[in-house]
Formats: sequence, C-alpha cells, structure tokens
Amino acid sequence: MTDLTDLTVLDALQALRSGQVSSRELTQACLDRISRLEPAIRAFITLTPELALQQADEADRKLAAARRGSANFAPLLGLPLAVKDVLTVKGVRCTCGSRILENFVPPFNATVIERLLAAGVVVLGKTNMDEFAMGSSTENSAYGPTRNPWNLEHVPGGSSGGSAAAVAAHMAPAALGSDTGGSVRQPASYCGISGLKPTYGRFSRYGLVAYGSSLDTVGIFARTVADVAALFPVMAGMDPLDATSMDLPVPDTTLSASADLKGMRIGLPAEYFIDGMQPAVENLVRQAIETLHSLGAEIIPISLPHTEYALPVYYLIAPAEASANLARYDGIRFGFSQQEDEMWAIFRESRGGGFGQEVKRRIMLGTYALSAGYYDAYYGRAQKVRTLIKRDFEKAFESVDAVAAPVAPSSAFRLGEHTDDPIAMYLEDVFTLPANLAGVPGLAFPVGFDGSSMPVGMQLMGRHYREDQLFKIAHAYQQVTDWHRRSPQLA
Amino acid sequence: MTKLSLAEVEHIAQLARLELTAEEKARYSEQLSAILEHAARLQELDTSDIPPTSSVLPTRSVLRPDVARPGLTPDELLSNAPRAEQNQFRVPPILE
Repeated sequence: MTDLTDLTVLDALQALRSGQVSSRELTQACLDRISRLEPAIRAFITLTPELALQQADEADRKLAAARRGSANFAPLLGLPLAVKDVLTVKGVRCTCGSRILENFVPPFNATVIERLLAAGVVVLGKTNMDEFAMGSSTENSAYGPTRNPWNLEHVPGGSSGGSAAAVAAHMAPAALGSDTGGSVRQPASYCGISGLKPTYGRFSRYGLVAYGSSLDTVGIFARTVADVAALFPVMAGMDPLDATSMDLPVPDTTLSASADLKGMRIGLPAEYFIDGMQPAVENLVRQAIETLHSLGAEIIPISLPHTEYALPVYYLIAPAEASANLARYDGIRFGFSQQEDEMWAIFRESRGGGFGQEVKRRIMLGTYALSAGYYDAYYGRAQKVRTLIKRDFEKAFESVDAVAAPVAPSSAFRLGEHTDDPIAMYLEDVFTLPANLAGVPGLAFPVGFDGSSMPVGMQLMGRHYREDQLFKIAHAYQQVTDWHRRSPQLA
Repeated sequence: MTKLSLAEVEHIAQLARLELTAEEKARYSEQLSAILEHAARLQELDTSDIPPTSSVLPTRSVLRPDVARPGLTPDELLSNAPRAEQNQFRVPPILE
C-alpha cells in the first residue's frame, strides 16, 4: 500500500471498510506527518492526538462490527479530519485565531461537528486562521502565520489557511473551513485543492463563531471534488438550533465516472476578467473552460454588471454585522478579561487588549457604518446594492446552470506583501465576495500552475441549493485532468 | 469624502467599547478614511427603487414545538467565566 497519508477520502473509506487499513493506522499516519511537517507549515493551533486515537479506536470497533454484519457502516467511519478553529468541538479549546479566546473551551459541539462525529470522523486538531475569519492570508492569526506547502515563503490564503495547508500537505485527507467572503475558495485555490462554499442555509451555523451572520457558511476542503461531495450530505440539512438552516431535501451527490457535460450551460462573466489580474490566472482559467467545452458543456458569455460594487458592499455589510456579533466579547462571561475595578473599563480594556489589528479595524468600520447619521449612506446603501448583485445572479441563472470564474486575481502572494495595506488585501477577495452576498454556492478546484509553480484555481458558482451541479461539472473536469493529483514536494 | 478626524475615531471607539492607543487612533483615522472613500463608489448607483437585502433567505417564521430540552448546566456555562461566584458571573458594582 502507498503512504496512507496519500489516500483520498474515498480511497481511505474503502480501505477502512475492507479492513485493509485501520482507523488507528490511518490516524497515526496523519499525526506522524503533522509532527514532521508542522514546524515548517504551522497549519494547526491545537492538536488533539489523544482524542483522535480514542475516536479512531472506537471507529475500528464499529468497523469490525459492521464487517461482521452486526451494524451498518456509518458514512465516514474512521476518517481523520482537521477542523478550522472557528467551529466548536466540545472540550477542545476554540481560539478563532484570537487572543481573546485563547483559553476558551466550548462546552458544546457545533451541529456540523455533531453530525460528522455521528458519521464516524476522527478529529486531528483545530487549524490556524485569520483572527475571527477576517483576512485573506492567515497572517492575521494571534498564533503566527501558516505557510503555503507549495512554497513556504508564500501565504496559504485565508482565512481558512490552516485547513487548506493541512489538506494540501497531506496532513489530513479533508478539513472544515468557513467562507464569509471567500475564506474557503481562495485558500483552496492558493493551495491547489478543492473547496466548497455551500448555499447559505445549507449547513447549520450553530457552533460556528459568528462573523458576518448573513454571509457566514461552513465549508469543506479535500484534494478531490468527489471527496468534498462525500462529506457534503453528512453535513447538510435543517437544524432546530439555527433558524437560517433550510429544511430542504439534500440532492444526491454520488458522482458517476462519466465526464459527459452535454446539455450543461456554463456562463462566463466578462466582469471577472479584469485589468491587473495575473495573466497566468486568466490563461489557466480560460484553458479550463475550454476543457469543460470539450466535455460537451455549452459556454455562454454573460454579464454580472454589479460585480465591481461587491467589494465596497461587502466591506460595509460584513464589518457592520461583525461589530454587532463581536459585542459579546465583554470580558465578563468568557474569553480574555482585563480585570478592572469599573465595568466600562473591563469592556474597553478586555476588547482593546484581546482583539488584533484587523478585527479592531473592522469593528470600528462597522460601528461607523451603523452609527447615527451614517446608517443610510453606508449600511443602508450597501444593502440595496446587495439586492442588485443578487439580481445579477438570478438573471444569469435564467440562462445558465453555473458560472465559471477565477477565484482570485493572482496566485498565492508572499508573506508580508499586503500586510501594511488593508485595501490591497481586500482586493484579493474581489471575485469571491459576490457569491456570499448572493448566497449562492461556490466550488473551487485546481486548474494548473503559474510560472512560479504556484497552484491556480477556478470557481464554479451555481443556483441556490444546486451544489450537485457544481460537483458534477468539477468532477467531470477532474476525470480528464490531473492537477488535483499533484502534491507539493515536502521534506 | 472628508477624512475621519481623531475626535470621530475616538467617538467610534467609545461606541464600540474599544480602548485604542494613540498610534492605533492615528492609523485607523487614515485607513478607515481610505476604506470609506472606496465605499463612496456606491453613491454612483441609483437605488431609489431598490429594496434592501438583509438576508438572502425568504422571510419566514421558524417555529418549533415548545418542549423543554436538556441544556447546559450552570457549571458548564460558568466554566469559561473570568470571575464567577455562587452560580453567577461576578462583576464590579455598577451602582454605588
């Protein structure tokens, strides 16, 4: 057998069910690889080896029972998984990349974690991220940056950079992230793996630390689209603990070996190919679209005319929601607390000392946008333009099944390249923000490498609740290409 | 778009209950002004007949049966509290 850490999710599940490999062996292989590579990559904030091996042993007992025929195989039984440190796992510290939650141990599981545990996953640890998911490089973590496995001088993207790097470096076959403005798709693209931002409302947000509540989604990373699709149905569905989770049937995401895309109409939005983007990104995305065309898809030029306004709309709405959500960090009930004799001083000092620069910047921005006299001009105006962006997609989906576009204007940039200029950093999100504002699903997957041997991804965006169509198109692409099988050379 | 004054930055920080250093105030005055200037592009659009979107989901009431369920225990709820006493969060006196 090959190195166990090279197994995809689907291959691992098959090997576990057949008894060819035990969950303990697979989990230990992941933990060993993490120990070896972590000093260079720093993908994790907290590792949970004891919990993982305990869960693996439990999974091995259930696998044995299922092989004897006395029980069914739970869908992900024995599968190791890395979890972004924005989702609560009961009894495991959840920092959200922030000093303010440095010692926070949640007494409950997020609903997606509850579902994945019931399906048999093994939790390897909690991955690094930009503080409160605010960032595009994982440099805004209070626990230091994560490195891109393809080139350690480059960022892995963000905010779910730790999860993306862990999967790209074969530390874990799959990982969870969160995507509020591109935080799954952009690091997936920068790290050469596949990543899904589901439709808003598809996965419960209970236990996902809130950033921008009308935009936040839980997402999935894996090395292949088929692997992402394998986790999807386990996590989907209505949750009484999240009133925004939708009670809708989960589509069948079983993927066939067919790479036939006849009858599929894919829109190519002119607004996503802009001046100033890296030429290699445009070329690779256009080549990938040509490949989809050769598989039978019809490629239709479309327009999403309000795309250019997504950036200012997002950077008003998300900070406004964040300024309200982060009001809960008061130094009283949980989290970092600066002890003072006076109540207001506890609030001010705990928040001033516990939050990092980007978080404070966004709280300030959001507070301003919501404050008396500015609400209509900023927040109110942004909500109206959000309607125009949403309508752009509704109109597009009258004539196409999916929209294909670059994920980011460039491949992974170098550490420190954008840290002094917030607007330059925000521009990294220019192609991913619209899907969050419209609530549509987005799936990123690798389509090649640029001149510096850094991976480049493409995204497909689809109709609400039609993740199945995105899986079908991207899986067809991965049937005829091998970018998703490339791995970084790591010592 | 006028630049945010230091006094305005201090006012926002007060609303947000954030203690900021002098250096942070100066930096945010610059950076927030630049971001707001970027956001001023939204004024180009005519939105007079456009309704706002606060959520992409259809507006609906979500109801569930009013049945008691197990919740977290007081010990669990207070397990992360910086200061707790007699099953309560402890805070300094608010009224003299």
